[in-house]
Amino acid sequence: MAEVLQSISNSIDPYILQIFVNIGIAIILALGLNLITGVTGQLDLGHAAYMSVGAFTAAIITINLNLPFSINLLIAGTIAALVGLAIGFPILRLTGDYFAIATLGFAEILKVVFLNLDITNRALGLSVPPANTTIPMPFYVWMITILVIVGVTFIQNSRFGRALKAIREDEIAAETMGINSTRYKNQAFAIGCFLAGIGGGLYAHFIAYINPSDFAFMKSIDILNMVVLGGLGSIPGAIVGASVLTVAPEFLRFMSEYRMLVYGALLVFLMVFRPNGLLGGVDFRKMVLRIFFGKKEKKPNVTIKAR
Amino acid sequence: MSLLKLDNVTIRFGGLIAVDKVNLTVEQGEILSLIGPNGAGKSTIFNLITGIYSPTEGNIYFEDRSIGSKKPYHLAAAGIARTFQTIHLFNNLTVLDNVLIGAHTRGKWNVTGALLKFTPWVRGEERELTEWAYDCLERVNLADKADELAMNLSYGAQRRLEIARGLAVRPKLLLLDEPAAGMNPQEKATLLKMVKAIRDSGVTIFLVEHDMKFVMSISERISVLDYGVKIAEGPPEAIRSNPKVIEAYLGKGAVNSA
Ligand SMILES: Nc1ncnc2c1ncn2[C@@H]1O[C@H](COP(=O)(O)OP(=O)(O)O)[C@@H](O)[C@H]1O
Ligand SMILES: [Mg+2]
Repeated sequence: MAEVLQSISNSIDPYILQIFVNIGIAIILALGLNLITGVTGQLDLGHAAYMSVGAFTAAIITINLNLPFSINLLIAGTIAALVGLAIGFPILRLTGDYFAIATLGFAEILKVVFLNLDITNRALGLSVPPANTTIPMPFYVWMITILVIVGVTFIQNSRFGRALKAIREDEIAAETMGINSTRYKNQAFAIGCFLAGIGGGLYAHFIAYINPSDFAFMKSIDILNMVVLGGLGSIPGAIVGASVLTVAPEFLRFMSEYRMLVYGALLVFLMVFRPNGLLGGVDFRKMVLRIFFGKKEKKPNVTIKAR
Repeated sequence: MSLLKLDNVTIRFGGLIAVDKVNLTVEQGEILSLIGPNGAGKSTIFNLITGIYSPTEGNIYFEDRSIGSKKPYHLAAAGIARTFQTIHLFNNLTVLDNVLIGAHTRGKWNVTGALLKFTPWVRGEERELTEWAYDCLERVNLADKADELAMNLSYGAQRRLEIARGLAVRPKLLLLDEPAAGMNPQEKATLLKMVKAIRDSGVTIFLVEHDMKFVMSISERISVLDYGVKIAEGPPEAIRSNPKVIEAYLGKGAVNSA
């Protein structure tokens, strides 16, 4: 089985394969942030920090203990979630902009800490040995990506997910309906950070070299862009956003240094013409019904407020 | 035993005393109205009862238990639900989801439940909650709008949705803050019947309303608030002719000329 997968992944162009894997990892990260920012409405400007916690944890585990990769990833995700909780617990009581600024600040602090720890090899970064698994990385990444997509879909369409959306829509009303918003926000934050940790662990082993500066502010903004581009709160949106923004820089590579300019212009364009994101306000259940059964879709006219 | 009791409740916002040493009880099964000019402190009293504010002085008792320092989510679980004067719906969610969120305290599955979505236990709970939510929607004539987004409803329908969402809590006490505001006479007449039906189903009603016709025809008792102070209380006929009440509404001098 493993050999078959290996020979398949060997037969694919490595450049294409790399993009493909990057898309999978980006989807995991975007879906985690989507839960925090898109579904629960808490603007997190430091998501890459939790990714770095997962990346370094997983790398250190492989280097020192060489645990089976699945166990390694679970630990990396859990540590990222715990760090997220330690940070989230005091600051999730803050509202709106204050929360956003606090996440940004803590992300910078974490980066500086990693830049100064011996175990993370300071500013030199870590070379990561291959993961302890027989499954080739591309398959491993996409297996987890699919699990994550299914998991967050379940979460968003449950009593728990409804409570998170209620908090996003109107926190006072949500509390009046019996929802302990602080508790739910912490849980959503922990799950989002858990996913970031998993994504970070996968990233570390796929790229094979990590440096604290890889997870700086721009990385957090990249992930946020994916979620906003696709449409806050929308799972298909986050998937499309992650894919487009992973592939787009490759297409824009020929423009070298002008590439970020075009990238920025594209985002501005999008915000003007689709302020709710590419797929924001699109109800997939209704759309599928309409396409396959000819049912009429009622115009949703959604404006999700990012607070 | 009174269902709800405000015992000498005061709340200050900086220098402003919004509610001033108010004593008030709501009896099991009644419809009590709270009236008074704008800014009298009516909504503030609702915010105190639902835990959004805590009293600066005094205490509040629900079923003889002190609730003055409880959080809003404790009070929903205890059996107090409300609507808001300015509509506070979950705008981008469907009508059904709004009511399902109202039924939050009636479910128990959380994150694990989300991941066990297709197990009989979780599906059973979802089905029960959904049936209950439809029951609540039917009581305010909104079942046919279940799939619409809350924001796309007409103003009157949004007010009724707030009531359905409150009913979904399965409250013992339902607080309605100006439920008839912005409704036309027909809608008001329907609302009157709905509120009476809700009371007859065993829910105690405490309401704030400006429409005097509505208040007079629905209430068993009326309390009157002016500048945070309770100035009168009694059956509708007595309130209608109470000189203090007329003065509060029409100003000094109105009593003599009336
Ligand atoms: N959070 C608050 N901060 C400061 N003042 C407030 C607050 N809430 C209410 N007030 C003031 O308390 C008074 C009573 O308001 P309210 O209860 O809304 O009156 P109403 O009887 O019209 O519902 C008003 O003067 C209002 O401005
Ligand atoms: Mg008011």
